[in-house]
Amino acid sequence: MTIFYVLMIFIVIASLIAVETTDLLSSVICIGAMGFGVSLVFLFLQAPDIAITQIVVEVLGLIILIRATISRDLTFISGDKEFFGTVVSVAIIFVIFLAGLRVFETLPEFGTPIFTQAPDAASQTYISQGLERTGAANLVASVILDYRAYDTLGEATVLFTSIIGATVLLRRKAKNTPETLQPVVES
Amino acid sequence: MKGMTVIVKTISSWVKVLIVLFGIYIILFGHLTPGGGFAGGVILASSYVLLMLAFGGEFVKEDLPLSLVSKLDCLGAFAFIMIAILGLVFAGVFFTNFLVERYGQPLHLLSAGTIPFSNIAIGLKVGASLFLVIYSLSICCKNEELDSH
Repeated sequence: MTIFYVLMIFIVIASLIAVETTDLLSSVICIGAMGFGVSLVFLFLQAPDIAITQIVVEVLGLIILIRATISRDLTFISGDKEFFGTVVSVAIIFVIFLAGLRVFETLPEFGTPIFTQAPDAASQTYISQGLERTGAANLVASVILDYRAYDTLGEATVLFTSIIGATVLLRRKAKNTPETLQPVVES
Repeated sequence: MKGMTVIVKTISSWVKVLIVLFGIYIILFGHLTPGGGFAGGVILASSYVLLMLAFGGEFVKEDLPLSLVSKLDCLGAFAFIMIAILGLVFAGVFFTNFLVERYGQPLHLLSAGTIPFSNIAIGLKVGASLFLVIYSLSICCKNEELDSH
């Protein structure tokens, strides 16, 4: 239970730094750290698929954001430090490669999904009782719109929000120009 | 975008009907055959993208006004939420399939309770959203072309 409090404090501190700091790059990095903390929370709550989604969207998305938008703030290392940085990154990649090999050893073989080995897996219930409890012959539809409808709701919300962002950012004319904006009168 | 030749315009105005029908089929039979709201919505949006490529953006803007598309988008999202809330009202749990034994038999078109309605809502939403995205992106590219000249 303490791990949740530690992670919670970490997330709060990272969000506060991300809001309060003046440097754009460190703000983006703090948002990445916050997303990493949230994905760890999901992992400790035994929701690994959401943790994977979280780490992909939050951390990798922010790395892409750094590369794409604020490249002028990046500082490039040259000289002797460049050699050191290359050695360190190669070592880190090698360690991640070894860890990946260990992970692939624990995976079940291709063609033998995990729910055939675990009789009480949730997917067994979907397959055996999906038709009579939801009435849908397409089990995918019964999962995404009945058993896991919350996921679909979240997905639709993400789509809706991104459409609002895209149409507002990409529209041709601004609705309010500085001339037509009324000054806010404070009462 | 000015549009293409007469051949392309004629062919695409015929093919458009088939694409729209196929999209509606994919959405309505989503609980029986592979497919569903997401796939069908993408197909519906792609029919208008074809029209946009063949006839130009202005034609599509008159044929399908952007305000109508945003209203359809909001209507789809609202209908999906309303299905979830009706489950809360009638069966006590958010997103309950409260219609599952009220009508129809399994493996028929009229079956599966709220799942076909959810499919229709999701299809409306995804189709309208994707069309809006593609339209916004085409406007954005047009502006960049204007700026570069």
